[in-house]
Amino acid sequence: MFLKEYISDVYNGVSSLLKGMRKTGYYFTHPKEIITEQYPDNRATLVMAERFKGEVVMPHDQNNEHACTGCTACELACPNGTIKVVTKFDITPEGKKKKAVDALVYRLELCTMCNLCVIACPSDAIKMAPNFEHSVFDRSKLTKILNKTGSKIREGIE
Amino acid sequence: MFSLEGITSTIQDWLFFKFNPTLALAIECVIVILLAIALFAALGLILVLMERKVAARIQIRLGPNRVGPGGIFQTAADTLKLIMKEGLTPDKADKFLFNLAPFIVMMVAMLLLAPIAFAKNFQIWDINIGVLYISAISSLSVIGILMAGWASNNKYSLLGAMRSGAQIVSYELSAGFAVLTIVVLTGSLQISEIVAAQQNGWWIFKGHIPAIIAFVLYIIAVTAETNRAPFDLAEAESELTAGFHTEYSGMKFALFFLAEYINIFIVCAIGATLFLGGWMPLHIGNWQGFNHIMDFIPSSIWFMGKTFFLIFLIMWFRWTFPRLRVDQLLNLEWKYLLPISLFNLLLVAVIAILGWHF
Ligand code: SF4
Ligand code: SF4
Repeated sequence: MFLKEYISDVYNGVSSLLKGMRKTGYYFTHPKEIITEQYPDNRATLVMAERFKGEVVMPHDQNNEHACTGCTACELACPNGTIKVVTKFDITPEGKKKKAVDALVYRLELCTMCNLCVIACPSDAIKMAPNFEHSVFDRSKLTKILNKTGSKIREGIE
Repeated sequence: MFSLEGITSTIQDWLFFKFNPTLALAIECVIVILLAIALFAALGLILVLMERKVAARIQIRLGPNRVGPGGIFQTAADTLKLIMKEGLTPDKADKFLFNLAPFIVMMVAMLLLAPIAFAKNFQIWDINIGVLYISAISSLSVIGILMAGWASNNKYSLLGAMRSGAQIVSYELSAGFAVLTIVVLTGSLQISEIVAAQQNGWWIFKGHIPAIIAFVLYIIAVTAETNRAPFDLAEAESELTAGFHTEYSGMKFALFFLAEYINIFIVCAIGATLFLGGWMPLHIGNWQGFNHIMDFIPSSIWFMGKTFFLIFLIMWFRWTFPRLRVDQLLNLEWKYLLPISLFNLLLVAVIAILGWHF
């Protein structure tokens, strides 16, 4: 009984080690599996993964319109005060006052790319961009206004 | 045909013709020393690069690729860097032992080079107890390691050295038994005779399953003896920073590093000699035609090919397996390797007595 256990121990040990060696041996003999990106040599052809979170951006369409209602949900969701929403009041054609975003101030140097603001946004106005070349010589350049100048909210978004 | 044997005998004849025998012998010694040092330097450069490339490929990376085409000058650049670095000696260290230790480790590696047959009749010293000599000398390297660990006056170094000691003492046994199986089959301790006995087939083929088991045991044991992963507890970066050579820097560090790779080369060379026929080309029984074709490949190429194959195997282990804990390490040796190798030796003895091998 003891001997049987002993032999099966040895057998299992050896076979599991061989399994590992098969995997690494496969990688060794298949150079096409190599995942190294030779950045910056391949900067022109570099493809970033969809899920990569590099920076919060606000997409604008061709009419320079965005989807941000100025609800400040993102500001509240942000754990470290990266986003500051400055609001203003637009006058609708019916003559009513309506809250809108004046400037969505985003401070890249504070952001931890946690994605909470994107999840919190009720109108999907902001998203994560896969851009990672953020270095600048002046820290103040990291403070960005996400809505473009002269942009306004897209029709039909409440 | 190219052969190292021819070159050495020409040089020897010429020396004995020109000078008196004593002087000729002295000159030969100097040549051998220079060759050994050159071999060490070349091996260090090649093996470190090879290891980094193999590691990279196994981890789906590219490895060094900036210095020279494909990174082939990377290790030369690293060596240059190490030469220019300051060799620090810690304040409270035992200065004499601290500086002596790397040289002892190196010296052991050099001594081990003596009985290795690199090609047909190309051997520094063909003593009749070659295998015994190798097992005796190879256990000396632990003295250098213990010395380094103790003299560094650093707890990590000491722990690393102690682990290394425990490891070498235990794994020496199964390595010895694995070597003994071949000695039993050959009936000789002399390296040249062991190689000659594999004229009609290597031991790993001729010796049936016990020889294969012995080969596997040998590879495991020498991986442990050279302190390589998965048995690299003596260095164990994540626990002991660098183990016994934590305090070393500059050229002294480079010597330890070099000795590690030289030791790998030597144990693989011995493994190739014992199990894979050393410089003996691949011969199958009495197939004259096939054996003749194989003879056309120079014996030095056969030897190097086999050795580098084993080195690759050991590197493959290193980059596949996780490190063992110290109790697992001792369990493996005393509960598994040692009983198996004892039993295996018995089996081999029976086979040798009854003449069941080819
Ligand atoms: S990603 Fe996180 S840290 Fe960055 S702005 Fe959004 S909520 Fe704040
Ligand atoms: S970005 Fe989204 S969450 Fe933030 S203020 Fe605009 S609409 Fe609200």
